[in-house]
Formats: sequence, structure tokens, C-alpha cells
Amino acid sequence: MGLLIPSSGTLFWMIIIFGVVFFILAKYAFPVIIRIVDERKSYIDESLEAARQANEQLTQVKAESERLLMQAREEQAQILKEAVAARDRIIREAQARAQEEARKALTETRQQIVAEKESAINDIRRQVAMLSVDVAEKILRKDLTGEKEHVELIERLLDEMIRKPENV
Amino acid sequence: MRQRKNHIVQVMFRAFRYRLSGFLLALMLFLSGVPANAASEHQDVDVYEIVFGHIEDAYEWHITEIGSTTLRIPLPVLVHDDAGWHCFLSSKLENGAVFEGLRIASDGSHAGKIVTRNNGTEEVLPLDISITKNVLALMINSIVLVWIMLRCASWYKKRKIQEAVPKGGIGAVEALTMMIYEDVIKAGVGENYRRFAPYLLTAFFFILVNNLMGLIPFFPGGANVTGNIAVTMVLALCTFLFTNIYGTRAYWKEIFWPEVPVWLKVPVPMMPFIEFFGIFTKPFALMIRLFANIMAGHAAVLSLVSIIFITVKAGAVINGSMTVVAVFFGIFMDLLEVLVAFIQAYIFTMLSAVFIGMAQVKPEAEKR
Repeated sequence: MGLLIPSSGTLFWMIIIFGVVFFILAKYAFPVIIRIVDERKSYIDESLEAARQANEQLTQVKAESERLLMQAREEQAQILKEAVAARDRIIREAQARAQEEARKALTETRQQIVAEKESAINDIRRQVAMLSVDVAEKILRKDLTGEKEHVELIERLLDEMIRKPENV
Repeated sequence: MRQRKNHIVQVMFRAFRYRLSGFLLALMLFLSGVPANAASEHQDVDVYEIVFGHIEDAYEWHITEIGSTTLRIPLPVLVHDDAGWHCFLSSKLENGAVFEGLRIASDGSHAGKIVTRNNGTEEVLPLDISITKNVLALMINSIVLVWIMLRCASWYKKRKIQEAVPKGGIGAVEALTMMIYEDVIKAGVGENYRRFAPYLLTAFFFILVNNLMGLIPFFPGGANVTGNIAVTMVLALCTFLFTNIYGTRAYWKEIFWPEVPVWLKVPVPMMPFIEFFGIFTKPFALMIRLFANIMAGHAAVLSLVSIIFITVKAGAVINGSMTVVAVFFGIFMDLLEVLVAFIQAYIFTMLSAVFIGMAQVKPEAEKR
């Protein structure tokens, strides 16, 4: 039965030793280990959170860049469309203007031609008149027999002269 | 959590493998040396003496016998009787010698203890605070424990948390600490677990180190420390004090005025009596459980080893075969004791945590 009766000496020393061990470990060992593990845990949690946030930001940035790219593409398409439209318009305008110019030039030319023709006709008339005067002179210088026949001749000559350039 | 547990098992197994091989070697050396010696003397082997001589406390640390000389470490005796304090080495009391009126009683109710003669006739126990084998082992084991834990703590002081995570032994200590802290203390105590964590962790590692040191079969280890009732009594007393000093009002109300039908508590305070008795039975069970488990483990291993010496007389064939059987069973028991060393420390801590947690109850109204 000696086993079941605690001896006073062992009790005494056990209380002292366990008390000292408890004091040392509770003050210097366990708080340190628990604090470090807690700190490490929160550090890992923070790292995970930071990684998650970075990932989120990356996704946002990606979406943003995607959006910007889309926008740029749209703008590009818009610009291209506008450029095509502008080109078409310019060409159309240029064509219209060219036509206008051509028409104007044609009209002017025609007017000029008419004017030239008239002046030419006038010229011819003047020359014919002069020629007729010359012819008349020459005829007059020659012998004017039979007045009636002469006048008829002159008339006929004149008509022929006038008609001639028109027929040509 | 599961990974962490696997990690602990791995680390412990790795650490254990080396110790195991050393332990087996020591056991074999021990077994090869002693039987020849015992057989040559043709003495009867007193198994009771071997087993109880080891389990019980002693004033000297008996290591082994080489031939006829006994290798033992004398320990200081500190005794106070009518004549005052006595302080000397236990070698003065060897073989029943009387020194300064003191001797170690060989029989009677005080067998194995230092006794003094009171008024010349009656043998009484003086106030005895000698450094006995168990006390010395307690000191050595405590130094080992404190050294391990402080080394672990100082490892952290030298490093930043962002830089390194402990491996090996320190990693195992950390993993064990956190396993007890998270799974046992937090789960068992509940809300106020921080206040009780230092005590419960100290109790766990104290019991674990003492249990494991007790399994080492040679000098610094091998003492039956946690199989000593005084040691487990102090541990259980600490749990008792922590439970009841920090007990809430609701806890005391549940003891003296539990929520049971009135007739169970009014004319005869039956339930209050049972509940009040429970305050003491719980730590008492803790004390007996740890003591009995470790003591029985030591007794079983020693008894199995003793089979070898008992069967010497029965002839070489039986002795040889029984030696093989005894060694195998001894190895089995020792491995089992390693498991028990951990399990008992774990159970003591877990039950202490649960008892402390039960004394932290909140009033019913507050719970909802």
C-alpha cells in the first residue's frame, strides 16, 4: 500500500519543481510559441488577402485594357468610316467641280466660237465687200456693157461667195 | 488540420526511429550481460523485489550490478526530527546502517522509509524532504523540458516570421503545442482558453517528458516519476485549483442548486451532495489514472524481463525460448508504453481542459 500513499518529501519537491517549471514555461516559452504561430498565421492570411487583391486588380486592369482596346478599335473603325466618307465626298465634289469647270469651259469655248464665227463672218463680209468693191472696180474699169447683165453677175457672184464658206 | 496531424506523426516517427534503435541496443546489451551473472549464482530471483524496488521511490539511485559491486548514486538525505535537521548522503544508511539515530526501515508499515526512534522505543517518520530518486529524476526531467522549450522559444527570437518556419525537433514541439492549444484547450475550455493555456500546456509537456524519460532504461531516465502518486497528486491538485478558483457563479449554482426536480434537493440534498462529491472525484480520477497507467506500464515491462531470470532454473531450452518470447513481448510493451506516454499526457490535458471548461459555464439566460 506504500505505493498509494504520497510521501511528503516527494510532494514538497514536486510542488516546488512543478511551480518553477510552470513559471518558466508560462512566462518564457508558450506565450512566445503561440504568439509566433498566431503572427505567422495572420501573416499568411494577409499574404493570401494581398494576393487575392492583386489578382482582383489584375483582373480589373485586364478588363480595363480590354475595354480600352475595344474602344480604340471602335474609334478606329469610326475614323476609317469617316475617312472613307470624306474621301467619297471629296471625290464627288471634285467630280462635280470638274464637271462644272468643264461645262463652264465648254460654254465659254462655244461662246468664243460663236463670237469668233461672227467676227469671222464680219471679217469675211468686210473682205467680200472689199473684194466686191475690187471686182466692181475691175468690172467698172472694164467696159460696162449692158448694165442689167452686170448687175446680175455681181449679185450672183456675191451670193456664191457668201454661201461658199457656209457650205464648206 | 488533418495535414498538421500527419505532419506531427511524421516528425515524431522520424525522431522516434533513432531513439528506438538506441533503446533496442541498450536492451540487448542489458539482456546479454545479466542472465549469465544471475545463472552463475544460482539464486532465486525475487521478482517482487525487482519490480517494486523499481516502482517505489528510493534514497539512492541504483544503476546496475557489475559482478559483486553495486553501481549506485547516493542521494542527499534531508530529514528533520526532534534533534533538528539532518543532512547527509544516503550511502551512510546502506544495508540498514543507523546514522544519527536514523535508519531505513526494512519492514513494518514504514518499510523503505527513513524512520527515527521516538523516545527510544516507537519508530516514527520524521519530516522527510530528502532528494530521493524520483525527486532527482523530476529535477533532471524538468531541466530537459525547460531546455527543450526555451531552445524552441529562442529559435523564434533569432528569426523573423516572414523568413523561416521551424523544422525537425523545434517544428515537432511547435506542432505539438499548437495541436494541444487548438484542438484540446480551445475546444475543451471554450471562451476563456487563453487564461488556462499556459497551465494546460505545461501539464501536457511535463507529463509527456516525464513519461518518455521513464521509458529510457538507464541512468538519467528510467525513474518511475509519473507513476508516483505524489507527482500525479500535485498535477491533479493544480487542475482542481484551476477548476474551482476560476469557477463561475453559474458553476457553483449548478453544484448546490442544480436544475433537477425539487424533491431531489430539498428535504435531502441528494443531487447537491453528488455534485459536490464530483468536485473531488474528477481530479482524483485524473490522479489515479495517470499514476496507475504509468506504474502498470513499468511493472509490465519489468515483469516480462524477469521471465528470463525466472526460467533459468527450468533448463536451457525453456529458458532460451522464453527469453525470445520475453524480449519480443518486452519490445511490444515498450512500444506500447511510448504510445501510452503520449496518450496519458493527452488525456490528462484534455480532461483538465474539459473540467476547467465545465466550471466556466455561463448562466442559462446569458447563453441564449
